[in-house]
Amino acid sequence: MDKVLTHQEVIDQLSSDMTIGIGGWGARRKPMSLIRAICQSDITDLTVVSYGGPDVGLLCAHKKVKKLIFGFVSLDMIPLEAHFRQARQNNEIEVMELDEGMVQWGLRAAAMNLPFLPTRVGLGTDVLTHNPELEFVKSPYSDKEKLVAMPALNLDVALLHVNKSDEKGNTQIIGPDPFFDELFARAADKTYVSSEEVLSTEDLGGKDGAMFNRFERSLVAGVIHAPCGAHPTSCAPNYGFDLKHLKEYSAAAKSFDEYRLQFLNCTPQEYIDSVGGSEAINNIPLPQF
Amino acid sequence: MSDKTSLAEICISAASKAWEGDGEILATGIGLIPRIAAGLAKLTHSQDLMMTDGETYLISEPAPMGKRDTSHDQVEGYMSYSRVFENLWGGKRHAMVTPTQIDCFGQTNISSIGEYASPKVQLLGVRGFPGNSISHKNSIFIPNHSVKTFVEGEVDMVSSMGYKNKDLSNGTFEIKSVVTNLGVFDFQGENDSLQLLSLHPGISVDDVRVNTGFEFSVESEIETPMPSSEELSLIRDVLDPHSIRNSIFGE
Repeated sequence: MDKVLTHQEVIDQLSSDMTIGIGGWGARRKPMSLIRAICQSDITDLTVVSYGGPDVGLLCAHKKVKKLIFGFVSLDMIPLEAHFRQARQNNEIEVMELDEGMVQWGLRAAAMNLPFLPTRVGLGTDVLTHNPELEFVKSPYSDKEKLVAMPALNLDVALLHVNKSDEKGNTQIIGPDPFFDELFARAADKTYVSSEEVLSTEDLGGKDGAMFNRFERSLVAGVIHAPCGAHPTSCAPNYGFDLKHLKEYSAAAKSFDEYRLQFLNCTPQEYIDSVGGSEAINNIPLPQF
Repeated sequence: MSDKTSLAEICISAASKAWEGDGEILATGIGLIPRIAAGLAKLTHSQDLMMTDGETYLISEPAPMGKRDTSHDQVEGYMSYSRVFENLWGGKRHAMVTPTQIDCFGQTNISSIGEYASPKVQLLGVRGFPGNSISHKNSIFIPNHSVKTFVEGEVDMVSSMGYKNKDLSNGTFEIKSVVTNLGVFDFQGENDSLQLLSLHPGISVDDVRVNTGFEFSVESEIETPMPSSEELSLIRDVLDPHSIRNSIFGE
């Protein structure tokens, strides 16, 4: 079994109008090399589900987003995402703005093949005002409580970035927080995982390594070898986020062409070289909060 | 550092009281002053509080602000984002946050300002505010008390629910404390309205009134208590040794 694909082979599996879920959280462990590949393709009109960071911003800057399903978009140390803000303030994208936990609930419903999951979250807020498609259920038990029926967020494709993988799609997230990547994988028809390293199965660390295997390989349609593939986001414990680059990226919201020519008009290896090379990236310290 | 007690220190001391009596729950202070305040609560009156290192681990002592040697952190547990959601839905948490707007119902906004379809200013998004507000106790710190933050009418995008919808929350809804650069408040006024509990030194009720976009009641006009010498040394020597707190009000 060999699921290893190139970035281009993943792009060939995608098409316009798809619903794509993106793993990671804010400026952490985003599959940025795959996002850059989408930006360089002619794919458009995507519905994107994300705990958003520069993945969302970059797709917005390239006009790839029809609709965004989100709880926040942030670069962590830089709280507000300039490209996403611009897209929203210019009314360029549709949004389904949800509580972070409602996003999880929607992914979980999809993962469990359920139409919805009930929750109180969202009641009493404008999340309901601005998402009139959200329906309610009444508890069938004696409490008769009225709850939000958070609909399943079914994904055509999930894109994730991990620390280690083998050719069969046994993946490992070594960083301390796996975020909600597992649910993205379970909610999607197909999941493509970029990985810092693609190793032989016997080099995955046996039982100790298996503790980092957050979802089973049957969910993984393709593995992409992408060293430094999360840059400029972090990939703990390998490297922290590149604050200097994130600042440059944010500033590019004013005039994007120069940034695009420098960083989006190239292969994944050329990109790494253009931002200082893999050694420099792997030396970026993890952030301290 | 001067020996004079700063406004930031007065706010930290006042804000730390929010967690008094909370027992063994997760205390989350988001932002400079709330985080130091949560740490001060844990080091003084509420030692059973759980706190994270700002990321994924629960640690036994509050993480000081600024650069530190994390190898000295005594890790005692795990608190991934997934675990935070599970924890907060169970109600075992008290967060202190800084919204961009708050209204007379205690509703807050961190999502966007202006017309929703094309906001004048897009902010973060509602984040976890809807779930926090309906699931557990919350407190609020506002460093810039003005009619732009304490707005007339309702906030532009209701991100956390307020007292007018408290019946939806299964009895858990509470805004315990509101600390600003002008004074200390809660929502225990008549019909769950904002009421003034104390004024910071040099601030008058009129100062608060002209900077608040809605009516509030005055429970007390006393001066906000000064931090004790124990609190001051914990703030200055333990929780914020690099004096990052002074940046919040340019002190």
